[in-house]
Amino acid sequence: MSVILPRRGFLKLSAAIGCSAAASPLLTPVSLASAPGERRLIVIILRGGMDGLDVLRPMGDRDFASHRPNLAASGRDGLRLTEFHGMHAALKDLRPLWADGDLAFVQATSTPYRDKRSHFDGQDLLEAGTIDLAPMGRRTGWLNRMLPHLPGAEERTAFALGREDMLLLTGETPVSNWSPEVDLTLSSQGLRLLELMMQSDPEMAASMAEAIALAGSDGDSVTFEMSEDAMMDEMMADAKEARKGKTHLKIADFAAEQLRGESRIASFSVGGWDTHANQQRALNGPLERLSEVILRLKDQLGARVWDQTSVLCMTEFGRTVRENGTKGTDHGTGGTMIMAGGAIRGGRIYGEWPGLAEADLYQRRDVMPTSDVRAWAAWAMHDSFGLPKSVFENQVFAGLDMGSSPNLLL
Amino acid sequence: MFDPTLAEIRFGTGLSPKLSPPGSVRDLLDGVRVRDAMARRFPIEPYDVFRHRIRAHMDAQKAYRQNRGKPEEQELNEARKQLRRSANSAYGDFFRNAFLRRIHTETGFRERLSFFWQDHFTARGRLQVARNATGPYVEEAIRPNLSGRFEDLLIAAVTHPLMLSYLDQNQSVGPNSRLGKRSARRGNAKGLNENLAREVLELHTLGVDAQYSQYDVRELAELFTGLTFKRDLTFQFKAALAEPGAETVLGKSYGPGGGLREVKAVLRDLARHPATAKHLSKKLALHFISDQPDPALIASMEQAFLDSDGELLSVYSAMLSHPASWSPKSQKVKLPFDFMASALRALNVDEKTLKNTRTRDLRNILYVPMQIMGQPWEAPNGPDGWPEENNYWITPQFMAARLQWALAAPQALRQTLPDPRDFARAALGDRLPKDVAFAAGAAENRWEGIALVLTSPAFQKQ
Repeated sequence: MSVILPRRGFLKLSAAIGCSAAASPLLTPVSLASAPGERRLIVIILRGGMDGLDVLRPMGDRDFASHRPNLAASGRDGLRLTEFHGMHAALKDLRPLWADGDLAFVQATSTPYRDKRSHFDGQDLLEAGTIDLAPMGRRTGWLNRMLPHLPGAEERTAFALGREDMLLLTGETPVSNWSPEVDLTLSSQGLRLLELMMQSDPEMAASMAEAIALAGSDGDSVTFEMSEDAMMDEMMADAKEARKGKTHLKIADFAAEQLRGESRIASFSVGGWDTHANQQRALNGPLERLSEVILRLKDQLGARVWDQTSVLCMTEFGRTVRENGTKGTDHGTGGTMIMAGGAIRGGRIYGEWPGLAEADLYQRRDVMPTSDVRAWAAWAMHDSFGLPKSVFENQVFAGLDMGSSPNLLL
Repeated sequence: MFDPTLAEIRFGTGLSPKLSPPGSVRDLLDGVRVRDAMARRFPIEPYDVFRHRIRAHMDAQKAYRQNRGKPEEQELNEARKQLRRSANSAYGDFFRNAFLRRIHTETGFRERLSFFWQDHFTARGRLQVARNATGPYVEEAIRPNLSGRFEDLLIAAVTHPLMLSYLDQNQSVGPNSRLGKRSARRGNAKGLNENLAREVLELHTLGVDAQYSQYDVRELAELFTGLTFKRDLTFQFKAALAEPGAETVLGKSYGPGGGLREVKAVLRDLARHPATAKHLSKKLALHFISDQPDPALIASMEQAFLDSDGELLSVYSAMLSHPASWSPKSQKVKLPFDFMASALRALNVDEKTLKNTRTRDLRNILYVPMQIMGQPWEAPNGPDGWPEENNYWITPQFMAARLQWALAAPQALRQTLPDPRDFARAALGDRLPKDVAFAAGAAENRWEGIALVLTSPAFQKQ
């Protein structure tokens, strides 16, 4: 779990829910950042390439059904959102959000990534927010590049040590990882010796120092006398806890708890979207998890904070317009972005629809992107944090043309 | 240059108090060539045996479903559960034996290479018993091919039923193949799935930075049609699925109608491609030596690859003969499995102890802690396997998980813990740093002393 939060936040961490982010193949750690103001921003990266056409179905497009004989048919009785659009049935629990204006979609959007359709590069580019991939090791994430522009955020976050593995929040402003399921217990002598030994390796030392800080607030509760048996029991107990499922909800709970406090920005990811085969079945799981995460955030944030919150769910690319030979879809280009939250001007679909006729497709196979997904993220941040447009066009997403405001936020 | 302690730590499975390290680069290389003693002593079922378990369970599952509500339901239910229990118990043995091989091997470089290539050719089963098939796949497709030509390893891995299933190849149908046309006539058109073709180019051979296009992916996917497996889960090239006509990959035409021969031909060409030589040399150097490997080292491996048409031993030899591989400072953090297994080896965990530890306890002592350290056993997120870079693994929660494990696990696996000072010498040999020796001696109790040695940067890095 990755955290940037004020020092006193450390004190609460050991009491936080046992969260097995590290053990879950479907979720990567939460990142959080503090910022002034009341607005909250949550960015969820949907890893694996979500099939936007199946999630937000252009049922009014005359070519839709013929491209997708099985997938389109499975949604015939799906959830109608507009005259033109239907929503995947696995998102049915989000329907009240749509009615309340707390849910919106952007259709036919994508990053600038084209043609090679690699998950790994696609995700890196999505999180880097650039046109091309910078060499490994020099990449920073767009969410991190915004942080220094938020007045007051810098010194409040500067104390956080260590590293973070979501590129989105990697950069100049320090971020860190944590997973509250690990409880450290070491004598004070052991702790001193550990610190001494770690001096030879600054990278490891920084991580270990933060682990100790996070595990028990400045070392005190890390250190107490423990018998061998008790230590074993504790590891076993942690191991059992880690085996229980529903980690995505624990992540949501943890994020909500921090955002109710001083944190303003959170980011994590939900995986499982790479539906090459039997998509009718395969897409239900990740959509249900995403739906549960959004509803849990709403519930745990409470009405007052939810009204200040924007949740952006972004994926590295959409998928092929046509079903493949195995009732799934392959890697594509234009995709769909999902937005939720009380701050979102919802109940509507954003972005232009390019059409699905053969000539309208990108390379005759993918949805033609009609917008840059970075522009939507830029406007959401612009409206949330009141920064000038130039910060986004010149620094956060250098070279991006944001165009005119889509009025995303209320 | 060559140093025995360093060789065992960097290229092997870590120091053992009982077994001596390799004496030369030659020893390291011979270790990959000689008879596979560990595979015999600590067997893992090859896929050709394990597949019967998968099949039997699938059949039992089907029989149970078809007879629900009938008198035989309970018996059938018991039968399928029994098969699942037996497969799980076998899986527990594979897991145990993977550690035992690391503890007892005298050819640790082979174990490390086996893991490297298993990760390079990541494949997993999808459902139920098949989910436990990774070990059997490695035993059959990867492990016997560590010292031959890369193309043989590539063909063995890419055409293996587990890989075909993992990357959806068995479901890919040439649109103009016999089966494709028939399915179209019946209104249930089946077609291509380009998953395997893309990953072969992007991950297994050329690498994502190489010059290839969506066109090549598509043509390769068409060429791959026909690769599938039979009902008994053995490999089959099924001509009825194969797209007719020639396919052009990287400007070269394959086919028409060549079937498996042409698939092998394209794989051989991809295996010998200069981009593949570069991609693999860099990945090996990244895995064993440094996150920023010396370009001269990579160039030398690349040259060896090209000069030998992908003889893996020549590539390993180029790596092990280069001075950059022997820099005294260790730069790579061990992956969680390397870390845990080398700890067990240094602790000289008894074979009997590990064999007698119940599978349920092994879960809590080894299996789950490895998850919490970030590496769930044989379950990387995608076909790209585990990240190689240090900064993925050196994070607060992963470091904390290692410390926690180092405090608790050794006492669970040994009757009595060794004196930490002796242990420090056994674990790090002549590379034992002064501060670690001091910490081991100054610890308040044995278990903290041992945990400190295991958590030291000197032990955690290779």
